[in-house]
Formats: sequence, C-alpha cells, structure tokens
Amino acid sequence: MRRSPVLDFVTGLFVLAGLGAVAYLSLTIGGLSYRGPGGLTLYAAFDQTGGLKTRAPVVISGVKVGQVSAIGLDEHYRARVTLDLDGSLKLPVDTTASIVTAGILGDRYISLQLGAEEQLLKPGEEIGFTESALILERLIGKLVHNADIGKSDGTDKEGGQP
Amino acid sequence: MRAPIEALGRFVLRFVDELGRLAGFAVSIARALLTPPIRLRAFVDELFKLGVLSLVIICVSGLAVGMVLSLQGYNTLVRFGAEQSLGAVVGLSLVRELGPVLTALLATGRAGSATTAEIGTMVATEQLDGLRMMSVDPVDLIVTPRALAMVTVMPLLSALFITAGLFGGYLVGVGLMGVDGGVYMTSLQSAVDFRDDVLGSLLKALVFGVLVGLIATYRGYTSAPTSVGVSSATTSTVVVASVTILIFDYFLTALWGV
Repeated sequence: MRRSPVLDFVTGLFVLAGLGAVAYLSLTIGGLSYRGPGGLTLYAAFDQTGGLKTRAPVVISGVKVGQVSAIGLDEHYRARVTLDLDGSLKLPVDTTASIVTAGILGDRYISLQLGAEEQLLKPGEEIGFTESALILERLIGKLVHNADIGKSDGTDKEGGQP
Repeated sequence: MRAPIEALGRFVLRFVDELGRLAGFAVSIARALLTPPIRLRAFVDELFKLGVLSLVIICVSGLAVGMVLSLQGYNTLVRFGAEQSLGAVVGLSLVRELGPVLTALLATGRAGSATTAEIGTMVATEQLDGLRMMSVDPVDLIVTPRALAMVTVMPLLSALFITAGLFGGYLVGVGLMGVDGGVYMTSLQSAVDFRDDVLGSLLKALVFGVLVGLIATYRGYTSAPTSVGVSSATTSTVVVASVTILIFDYFLTALWGV
C-alpha cells in the first residue's frame, strides 16, 4: 500500500477545496450569510403583493439595503411582509414601503421612500405607509371598464338630444 | 406464444433476485462500516484515487458546461431582452440539475468503472479468495473503503463542478457577451436559494454517490472470474449506474418539491 505523505497532502487539499466549494455555494451563492445578527427587522402590510417572492431585494434609491425574509397573512388577511434590513439604517417612522416591478415583466422588489419625521422606526416595528403592487391586468380591466362607461354615457346623451 | 411471457418472467425474477443480492451486499457493507477495525488508511488511498484523479475531468467539464450554458442562455434570452437574467439561468441549471447529474455520470465513467475493474480483477486472480483463506473479510478490507470514498467524494466533486461551471458562465457571459458583472452575480445570487437549491443539489450528489459506490463495488465483487467477466462487469457498471442515476434524479427532484 502506498504511504506517501505527498499523496496524503494532495488528498487533504482536494477535500479542503471540495468543502470550500460547498461553503462558497451555500454562503455566497445560496445567500445563507445574509441572515447574520445585528440586522434590522421590520414588518409591512400590503393589500396586494402581486407575486413578490422571499429573498426579493429591498432598495432605497435603487441601492440594495436588505431583502424580504418572509411573506405571510396577518389577522386582517392582509399580506404581512418581513423585511431583513441593514442594521445601520436609520428610517423615520413615516417611511413608505412600495412594491415595484423591475421593467414591465421583471421581478417584484420593495422600494423604501424615507419620510421627514424625527422619530425613527425601531426593530420589529411595522412600516405604516405602504403602496401595494400594481397589477397590470387589473389596471387594463379598469381602463376598459371606464372606457365602456364613457361610451355608453356618450350614446345616452346622443339619444337624449333629439 | 409462451416463450416471450417466459422470457419476461425470467427477466423479472432475475431483476428481483439481483436487487435482493444488492441489498444484502449493502447491509454487509454497512456492518463492516460499523464494526472495527476502521480502515482509515485504505479510505484515504481511495479518496485520492476516486477524488483527486477525477478532479481534472470534473473541473474541465464543469468549465465547458458553464461556458456553453452561458452562450446558449444568452442567445435565447437576448431575443426577449432578458439577458440580465443570465446568471439565474446558468446558476439554477448548474446547481439543480447539471452539477450533480453530470458529476455522477462522469464519476461513474472515470472512477466507478475503475473500481469495478479493480475488484473484478482481484476476483479473477483469486486475491479475494486468498484474503478469505487468511480469514480477512474482503468486504471489510476491499469493498467498504471504496464505497465509502465514492459517497464522500461525490458531493465534493459536484460542488467543484458547479463552481467551475459558474466561473465558466461568468467568463462567457461577462467577458465575451458583455453582460454586466454585477448584474450577472446579482441575478445568480437572488435566484439560487440555499434550502431549495444548494441543499437539494448536495443531497442529490450524496444519493448518487451511494448508488455509484454500491453498484460499482457490487458489480466487481460478483463478476465472473474471467477476463470476459471483468470486462462485462465494467460495462454493466457504467450502463446500470448511468440509468439508475437518471431515474433517481427524476424522483429526487420530484420529492424535494420545488
């Protein structure tokens, strides 16, 4: 049987490289590292999330400051979204959270607009001002509906004139 | 009229018989694993043979697969103006499917066949009988370290394959096709989830390792003690293991439930 220390060393290196690759995939690519301590956890209730997914980014002025860690229902059956944010953020209590879309068909993410209030949101508090996702189909539906009403109003007027 | 039905019956009986023997073989490996002596020296030697010697083919294949995936993905995505999702396409395909499956297929061809041939030759040259004469259990000394090394090596090789593939994808997508590097990595990181994707991928690799390790050692151990027997056992390892991997892949994917 071979008993060469060089081969043992190479084998050890191989195992280390393999474990390193596993760690890289789990931490950097799999996003396991983001749930570190010292973060700021906030909640926000929305009427409509429109296909927001967990791990969707949370941005301020387009810069990523955290991610959505959970989406559930609250006692009023509104969507309750848990936001995992950077611990160093100082957000005023009148901050607005809105669900927006990247492009027309792109992914949903949450954008925060800061308010002007002096008082700051504490960890675990709920963001009071929210804007729900815009559902394109509903918007078109409303538009068509309104157009129909407008048209029928017009014919009524024409019919009433003579 | 009876002949084809008889053939079918014979086939099923032989299949069930073989499956039972394989299960018995697996149990004897598990028993050898749990009872001392622990063959650490033999295990490390097998890690070298199965792992380190497969490293080059795994990394080169991973790199090539990642590059071609990126190229194909870009050419398709750019039609829809969605080339910023390239990272997600390359990452998810590699992590979920191609990494574990292709690694298992390559390891079957590279390491599984070698293991079968080695053990088969030991059978043909009556080395295993010699061990039994000295009251050394060949399952404990020869088979178990090889099977265990295959199980250990597979997730590591799969992770290396995926990492090489992601690098290859980055190289083509960012370097050649001009997708922004940050966009590629962001799309990759936001698409790949730890539990759903990475953990499932490692689990797949582990299961494939068990399958290949078991099939390769079993085929070698039960090969006919002739040169024809060894060669047909080696062929059978590659065929049976490859098909089993692909079938198990479907069910693992379905059961992981994503």
